[in-house]
Amino acid sequence: MTTTDLGGRAAPPAAGPGAGQLRRGRGRLGSGGAQGGGGLVPYLFLAPYLILFGLFVLAPSVYVIWISLHDWDFLLPGKPFVGLQNYLNLFKPGTVTSGPFWQAMTATGKFVLYSVPLLVAIPLAVAVMLNQKFPGRNFFRAAFFAPYVLGVAVIGILWRFLLDPNIGLVNHMLDRIGIDTNVPWTTQTPWVWAALVGPTVWWTLGFNTVIYLAGLQDIPKELYEAAKVDGASRWQQFRNVTLPGLRPVLVFVITITILASANVFGQPYLITQGRPGFETRSAIMYIGQEGLREFRMGNAAAMSFLLTLVLMLISVANFLVFRERRER
Amino acid sequence: MATATTSRPPTTQAREPVGGGTKGPSLGSRAGAYAGLLLLTVLFVSPLVFMLVTSFKTNFEAAQPTWIPKDPTTENYSLVLNASQTPVLRWFANSLLAAAGQALLIIVTASMAAYALARMEFPGKRLLTGLIIATIFVPPIVLLIPNYVIVANLGWLDSLTAVIVPGAAGAFGVFFLRQFFVSLPRELEEAARLDGANRWQIFYKVILPLSKPALATLALLSFLTNWNDFLWPLYVLFSPERLTLQPGLSTMQSAFTTDYATIMVGGVIASVPVLILFVIAQRFIIEGVSRSGLKG
Repeated sequence: MTTTDLGGRAAPPAAGPGAGQLRRGRGRLGSGGAQGGGGLVPYLFLAPYLILFGLFVLAPSVYVIWISLHDWDFLLPGKPFVGLQNYLNLFKPGTVTSGPFWQAMTATGKFVLYSVPLLVAIPLAVAVMLNQKFPGRNFFRAAFFAPYVLGVAVIGILWRFLLDPNIGLVNHMLDRIGIDTNVPWTTQTPWVWAALVGPTVWWTLGFNTVIYLAGLQDIPKELYEAAKVDGASRWQQFRNVTLPGLRPVLVFVITITILASANVFGQPYLITQGRPGFETRSAIMYIGQEGLREFRMGNAAAMSFLLTLVLMLISVANFLVFRERRER
Repeated sequence: MATATTSRPPTTQAREPVGGGTKGPSLGSRAGAYAGLLLLTVLFVSPLVFMLVTSFKTNFEAAQPTWIPKDPTTENYSLVLNASQTPVLRWFANSLLAAAGQALLIIVTASMAAYALARMEFPGKRLLTGLIIATIFVPPIVLLIPNYVIVANLGWLDSLTAVIVPGAAGAFGVFFLRQFFVSLPRELEEAARLDGANRWQIFYKVILPLSKPALATLALLSFLTNWNDFLWPLYVLFSPERLTLQPGLSTMQSAFTTDYATIMVGGVIASVPVLILFVIAQRFIIEGVSRSGLKG
């Protein structure tokens, strides 16, 4: 992209009289690079990062496949090669791992299904409201964003408390408005899903809002003016100007929200602890349990690789849609 | 953006006398929007306020929905700060060290690498840039198991090194700074080069000072990310005195079960530093996040 950038800057004057000078300028830049130590310098600059990158990103990306092809018990010296057995077990009903794994994948899928529509729609409404000049605008934006700067562990212990069926604030409030039931938020379906989705919306709404706001500011105001002249109502403006103008941002938000929700871990770990039974145990919770508590890493590696394939497909789809929109 | 936002209210006002009779929702809807926003703000801030309030209650009173403690007490704080099972002060120091350490490591390594990728020509540059940026799309979960094995082989399990170093390998910092360096004008670098400065001097004395806002944003986002990380430290740290705050909160939850006032002390201690950072550097954080987007 650097070369495109340079070319882009050089292109306009190329037709004019300054072209020669500019080209000479570029030549100097090139020779300057050679003076500064020649071929080795870029690699010296890159070395510290590349050591980290190689050791903790590239190597493990391959290593995970290697581990998944073995009966890899972290605590045992022998780690026999088993080929694709760990993967096949996941697809064969009745094996030790297939039941819990697909239950965890189902839980993750449900969480995605329940949380993503809310996290796409509500922040959009909030962003549209905030995308106007009025006193306190930045205060509101900061207030909605604030929970996002907290860690998921804080969100987890806080909402485990607020949603406590016996003494939590939420049930107290429901009591006060006359709903006299001790809703079992953290232990029974379907309440557990609300106990996971609600706090997640509270936690990450501000993030999506801020992304939308950046997108809204890129929509030319002339389009709204034109729509008003044509007598378009607020809703019509939203339908015909805002939504189409926001399309790439919408695709982006939907995708990162799906990915973030599919990676859910802290909320079920701390709020529902997977209950009832293993109903709300997410895929990552099960991978952590199997691989890093029971130390059956071959299984866990195979599961994380499968989960990753699914997530990558979503990422790639997003990237393709996004790029297509940009080029037009 | 400035022009767009300032030009808006006058238009609405100008429209009002004309269309006011047929549809006057602009004022009404604005009041409605205000009410909605205020309600939402209360909903958003009250859980945090309740966490703070509860931390000053007795565990008995924590079961009641009072917003002002009848009998305010700091006993939870002294209990938590002196418990050997949950050494919260130690966790706080560990978290601070880990988050600051990782932010520094990211700033140093990512800025050097990003500069090479933005401004130098060398064989394999396109491939390397593509490879690094492509890994942004790799879901971190796939690295969990192999990185645990790698960290174990390095002898880093149950040490702060494990929560500082591997996380600094992420491609985000390089991507973020490279974008910024590419946008810097080349003229200053050229002038420095004519004065006989070498690559390192140009990087250190010209590029870095010009990049302070970007470096500050990256440092902040890195600090927040590491401070809030839960999954990785939960598994690689085990000794009570080695934990950071986030896995520590999980330990507190198991240790104090329904003594919520005590647990909320941990929540407050884990929140206050990042909320203060947020209040001070709100602009940097929000704009950094919205510009990069990729963080989530």
